[in-house]
Amino acid sequence: MILLKHYLQTVTAMIQFDNVSKRYESGQEALSRASFHIESEEMAFLTGHSGAGKSTLLKLIMLMERPTSGDVLINGRNLRKMRASAIPAHRRDIGVVFQNHQLLFDRSVFDNVALPLMIAGCEPREAARRVRASLDKVGLLSKEKSNPITLSGGEQQRVGIARAVVNKPSILLADEPTGNLDSDLSADIMNLFEQFNQVGVTVLIATHDLSLIARMPYRLLTLREGRLVTAGSGL
Amino acid sequence: MSKPQNRRIKPAEPKPVPAPAVGASLSSTTNSQRLRAWRASHRLECKQSLLRLVSMPGSSAMTWLVIGIALALPAGVYVALGNMERVSAGWDGSARVSLFLSEQVSRKDGQDLAESLLLDESIEQTEYISSENALAEFKAISGFGEALDSLNENPLPAVIVVKPGDDVINAARTSALLEKLENLPQVDMAQLDMEWVQRLYALMELARRAIYALAALLALGVLLITGNTIRLAIENRRDEIVVTKLVGATNAFVRRPFLYTGWWYGLGGGLVAWFIVQVVLLLLSGPVVKLVGLYEGSFALSGPNLAVTLSLWFGGAVLGWAGAWLAVARHLGDIEPR
Repeated sequence: MILLKHYLQTVTAMIQFDNVSKRYESGQEALSRASFHIESEEMAFLTGHSGAGKSTLLKLIMLMERPTSGDVLINGRNLRKMRASAIPAHRRDIGVVFQNHQLLFDRSVFDNVALPLMIAGCEPREAARRVRASLDKVGLLSKEKSNPITLSGGEQQRVGIARAVVNKPSILLADEPTGNLDSDLSADIMNLFEQFNQVGVTVLIATHDLSLIARMPYRLLTLREGRLVTAGSGL
Repeated sequence: MSKPQNRRIKPAEPKPVPAPAVGASLSSTTNSQRLRAWRASHRLECKQSLLRLVSMPGSSAMTWLVIGIALALPAGVYVALGNMERVSAGWDGSARVSLFLSEQVSRKDGQDLAESLLLDESIEQTEYISSENALAEFKAISGFGEALDSLNENPLPAVIVVKPGDDVINAARTSALLEKLENLPQVDMAQLDMEWVQRLYALMELARRAIYALAALLALGVLLITGNTIRLAIENRRDEIVVTKLVGATNAFVRRPFLYTGWWYGLGGGLVAWFIVQVVLLLLSGPVVKLVGLYEGSFALSGPNLAVTLSLWFGGAVLGWAGAWLAVARHLGDIEPR
């Protein structure tokens, strides 16, 4: 029965952590024995103070770091067995939104959003269509020719979101996406994530802005000093 | 290097549903689209990397010049050697023996001797040069005219220039002929003009080997120059590399612009080297014509031929590309998103 439950969980889980620990070379244990899973098409929040291990957890999903022990399964695939040459393909299926946007200021908004498509080898005309659809979705279609450096913080963040979803990934991760924004803009950004979730994207958002997410009906994963203290259902 | 990803949209369920007839044709279109996209990406990076170099003309020109000079050196020596070979090509077929006659031999006796030597079947041609003619010729060529005028008497002996028959042109038979001529009572000294030709050939062979060593060293230099330039370019575009890796760029994708940049550096350097060689040849051609005129010859400097030109251009390009590879292989792995 337990085995069956575990099996079903593996089948439906998009993100699954089994006893995952991450100890950095400095000796600091950023994550200890974390186990949880996030269903396909689910939306969840990851909270905790800064330094609690939120970024480490996201990096493990992105394969920017590898766990010291335990297994991370993404869409049923164990990342432990993933070779370095398979990492690019893995990352193309995950859209990431960064707190500091990670935009390139040597090119236009359009080219920033088109980057994942160029990398994936998308046909230029199809790429242009998808970039515009994506920019339209975040309400920045009129700014496609601008340099992102001329945009406000909220707009830059939305360019980052457009870039994260342009490739139609199955997972969308966000690391403090509202970190530098006022509450109105933050609510707009959260609303965008909800819209992507509604069309079937699995969304995991790391944030310490508890007041923002308190009213939202999603599951909360709370980290404290590397330990997962709650992983319960939000509703 | 990662394989192209064939599976874009992951189904949510773990077992993919096999799609029979349509699946095959779908995947083949995807592959040809992928190939087209790959080619488009190459074209784009090829163009963009050139534009990037042209957009900072100062530093690019410096690199092109450095590579150009490094390549021009062996190429120039090679072309010079080729010209020397062309000049000397006819010489071994026209070895001459100069018979310096003793002072007692009169002009008449000398001329008779020159004619009688023709009876020897191993001699094809003889020419008598009287001491007066020798002096006149020497004055004209050497530029020592006034100094010679101040001499009381003519220091030059009369000479018979003997051209051996073609069949005599091998070392053993030539030296036999030389010995025979030297033993003639009228002859003070017989000198084979060929010795210096042989020495010249030996020198040129040595120079040829030296060029290979020089070219190898300077090619290594070009590798290091481009390698270092590309290393700086990688450092300058660190953020871009991190972001592209974060959104799923393969190593091949990240490498591509830098390899093209190295290619353009090398190709530009090759063009500069070719230009330098041409300019130097142009500057030298006047003096060379004058010099050859002094020896009563006609000869024009020839530039690098097509093979040399092409290997200069594309050899440079390949060296630049290889230098970029070195830099990319060493430094790109260090840049991982953290």
